[in-house]
Formats: sequence, structure tokens, C-alpha cells
Amino acid sequence: MSEKKKIDIEYSQLDSERMRINVGPQHPSTHGVLRLEVEVDGEIVTDVVPHLGYLHRSFEKHCEYMTYPQIIPYIDRMDYISAMNNEWPYVMALEKMLDVKVPEKVEYLRVIVAELNRIANHQIAVATFGLDAGAFTPFLFYFRDREYIIWILEKLSGARLLYNYFRVGGVAGDVYPTFKEECHDVIAKVRKTNAEVMNLLIHNNIFIKRTAGVGILTPDVAINYGCSGPVLRGSGMAHDLRRDEPYSIYDRFDFDIPVGKGEVGVVGDCWNRNMVRMHEMEQSCRIIEQALEQMPMEGDVTAAIPKRIKLPKGEIYSRAENPKGELGFYIVSNGTDKPERLKARGPSFVNLSVIPEISKGYMFADLILILGSIDIVLGEVDR
Amino acid sequence: MTAQEIFEKLRTEAGDAVIECVVQPSYDPFIRIAPQAVFDICHSLRDDELLAFDYLMSLSATDLGDDLGVVYHLYSTKWKHKLVVKTQVPKDNPVVPSVERIWRSADWHEREAFDLLGVRFDGHHNLIRILLPYDWEGHPLRKDYRTPETYHGMKV
Repeated sequence: MSEKKKIDIEYSQLDSERMRINVGPQHPSTHGVLRLEVEVDGEIVTDVVPHLGYLHRSFEKHCEYMTYPQIIPYIDRMDYISAMNNEWPYVMALEKMLDVKVPEKVEYLRVIVAELNRIANHQIAVATFGLDAGAFTPFLFYFRDREYIIWILEKLSGARLLYNYFRVGGVAGDVYPTFKEECHDVIAKVRKTNAEVMNLLIHNNIFIKRTAGVGILTPDVAINYGCSGPVLRGSGMAHDLRRDEPYSIYDRFDFDIPVGKGEVGVVGDCWNRNMVRMHEMEQSCRIIEQALEQMPMEGDVTAAIPKRIKLPKGEIYSRAENPKGELGFYIVSNGTDKPERLKARGPSFVNLSVIPEISKGYMFADLILILGSIDIVLGEVDR
Repeated sequence: MTAQEIFEKLRTEAGDAVIECVVQPSYDPFIRIAPQAVFDICHSLRDDELLAFDYLMSLSATDLGDDLGVVYHLYSTKWKHKLVVKTQVPKDNPVVPSVERIWRSADWHEREAFDLLGVRFDGHHNLIRILLPYDWEGHPLRKDYRTPETYHGMKV
């Protein structure tokens, strides 16, 4: 199981004409409107050509016509599953350019909401990955639990998914009285379900047979393709911007960087990528616990928000560790209140480009799993 | 290594193709290089022991008026340092050597830059549109772009 399946069929005996088929763009297993043009030799994938752009909304062009604060809601709609994390590198870039000092309470609040959102994202990732492999129950567990996280974020920001919560130098809403208790409750729930899913799904023999040794991505290839997040860490590279390039207040927390160890299967396969997400949820819980303990409850979260945002002439590339990987914003400012050019480097876009490399030689059903293990959101791929 | 040190190191190796190193407030320090030398310089940026820029974070193109700029954001997982490399080409002949063979992640980034700004990457194995439909006309992120009235008879 551990080695790449070889294509050694007696071709002379068979009608060996290869077939090209389309997967998507409207299919649940493509996780959005993605079309994969797959060349198959019987059941074995020999080539994959992704066709993108079905969800292209000219995000970058729109940004050139909007003021900096107006862009934030659009950023939510890139990776709509982890919108809190998306907003962060963007406001961080503006804060750096404007030299705004962010209040302590805001920093803690940002860490808490971002980590909650990271858990919610990984819950969806693991749940839909299980679904791709045919396991339906963990999907229901996780969608039930995710709702508790969404309720907290909704109470803070007023929206379930597209929060528009981060502001330059602050956040939109203050904490509510029962915030801390509810966070602790959610963490307890997340841990309980994770323990359950570990038995039910992750160490399930059928699941292991489906995912271990499938879609092996070696660290060199991952780096060369620009992969980041759980996809890179699943290959055994301990690369995490929260640790390597600590932004905000991440240097104050004690947490581990989970990497694929190959307890089951091979380092860099689907099972290990998925396992990294399971461990990351636990690490996020640890960060939230520490942040809740250290967070000052006094202070105005909107005090440091500048009235008018006008960037000096300049350029900045700001990046942060999203649940899916490294999200970067390259902003070119011409000295007005609108950007000259804004480029978003989405982790899904870059991670998806590795698909043709790692899916050749596997069965067709494995391709769906490999795609699921990369955890993409087409809103971010197509922008 | 800082951008200035890298600039001096590259200068001794590649000579005048490395034009300048700009360090100024509200800019990430960047190195400007000549477009025809992009491939060779990027190759040594990746393979040099002391530089080891093995990770291409982002590749963006920008409209600079008469020119098109291409910006490479590089990162080294070994030394944890970053570098911004810039080059620019005239709009009437925007040809830049492709770095796809150095960093495979450049493949889709270059296709995107070609799609949205019309930079042609010489040596790219499959330089076709990626986000827009394959038969779209024009490059939308250029400042002089006019949105077409219709596309296949549909109102845009």
C-alpha cells in the first residue's frame, strides 16, 4: 500500500486507448465549481488538467475602484469558510503601512476569533474529506459542532460566515459578557468530537486503506510548488508562519506545529495531511485557552481605528498563516485612499496547482480523495 | 541576508544586469534587475548556498503606465529570509523569461499575470489564460482596459 501503484498491465492484450473525461464543474466531490479534465487508462489516472475560473469575480479589478476599508467584505468572500483569517493579513498590511498601534485586547480577540475559525475550517476539511471517502457520520458531527463556533462569531460580528469583523487598528464589535464561558464550552465540545472522530474515522481500517499511501507529496516537490499550510506540513516540513515569522502576539503562546509523521501510511500522503488538521485543531484549542486567560477585559476595541485611511506611497507584501496555508496580499499604494494594485496570493490557488503532480498513477477514485485532502475553496482559487 | 548584502553579492556575479537596490520607507527593500537576466539571476538565487530562495511566495504583475512590472516575492525556508525582486518591460513588447522551471509554483502565477495583464513569459510550457475564459479578449488589469459590451452575444 505504501508505494505508488505502478501501471504494469499487459498493454498488448488490451484495448489501451486512453479516455479523457471531465470531472465537474458541477459536482460535489470537486468542492465547488472546478473542472478537472482527467485522462484515464482504464481506472488509472494518467493526466489531470484543472480548468479554473468558473467563479472568477474580478476581485483584484474591483479593489482598484474601492477604498481600503471597503475591500474587507470582498476579502471575506475569497475563502468564505475561514473569513476571519482572511481579513487578518490585509488589515495587518494596512496597519504596518499606517503605523497603527493595535490595542492589546484587540490582538487577543483577533487570535481567539482566528483560531476559532481555523477549527471551523478544519472541521469542514476533515468532514468533507471523510465524505469523499464515504464516511457520512463524522460529517454530521462536525457540522453540528461547527455551528457552536459560528454562533460565537455571529454574536461578535453579526454574521454567520462573512464577518467583516477586522478593522484597521481594531475590530468591529466588543466581547459580550458570556464570551469566555462559551469559548471554553466550545473547546470542550471540539475535543470531545475529535476524540470520537479519531476512533470512528481516522483510525478506521477502511479509511486507512483508502487514504494511506495515496497522493504522496514529497517535501521538495511541495516547496517547489509553493505549497503551504497542512499540505506542506503533512509532508513533514514544520513550516508555520505563526512560528517562523511570528505576527501579532503569536510569540506569547505555547503551541506545537503538527507535522505528518507517517504513523500510518507514508509521510505526505492523504492520511497524513488529514491527520495534521486533526492535530491542529487541538493546538488551536490550546492557543485559545491561553489567550482567554491572558486577555484583558477592559479597553475599547474601536479606539485605534483611524477616521480616514490614506496610505503613503509604497508597497507591501503581508502574509499570515491561514487554515489552508499562506495567504498573502501584495498592495501597491499610490498615495490615495484606493490601491493602485492589489494581488491576493491564495493558498488554495497555489496548493491546487500540485494536483497533476501527485495524482498520476493512482486510481480514479483516489483522485477525488487527493483533491479532498488538499482542502481548496474555489472562491479563493478563482477570486 | 539583507537585500543590500544580496544585491552586492549578485552584483559581483551578474554585473550590470542587477540594476539597483532600493531601501526606502514604506517599501519592502527590493532589487531591480534587467528583464533579460531574470532566469539566470533567479536560478542563482535559488541554487546559491547562502541565498537558497527555494520558495516563491508570489509572482505579481503591475501596470506602471508605459511599462509592465513583474514582482517576485521570494522566501528561503532554510535561512528564513525574504527578498523582493522586480523587473519591468515595455508594454508594446512585454516579454520576460519564465521562471517556471526554477519554481514550479510560478506556472500558475505566470499564467495569471499573462491572463490579467498580458505579460508574455518566454519559455513557459503552457502560457494560456487561467481565470478568464480561453477566448476572452484583452487584459483586464491594464489601466487602459475597456470592458467589452458583449461576450458571445451576452451582455457583460
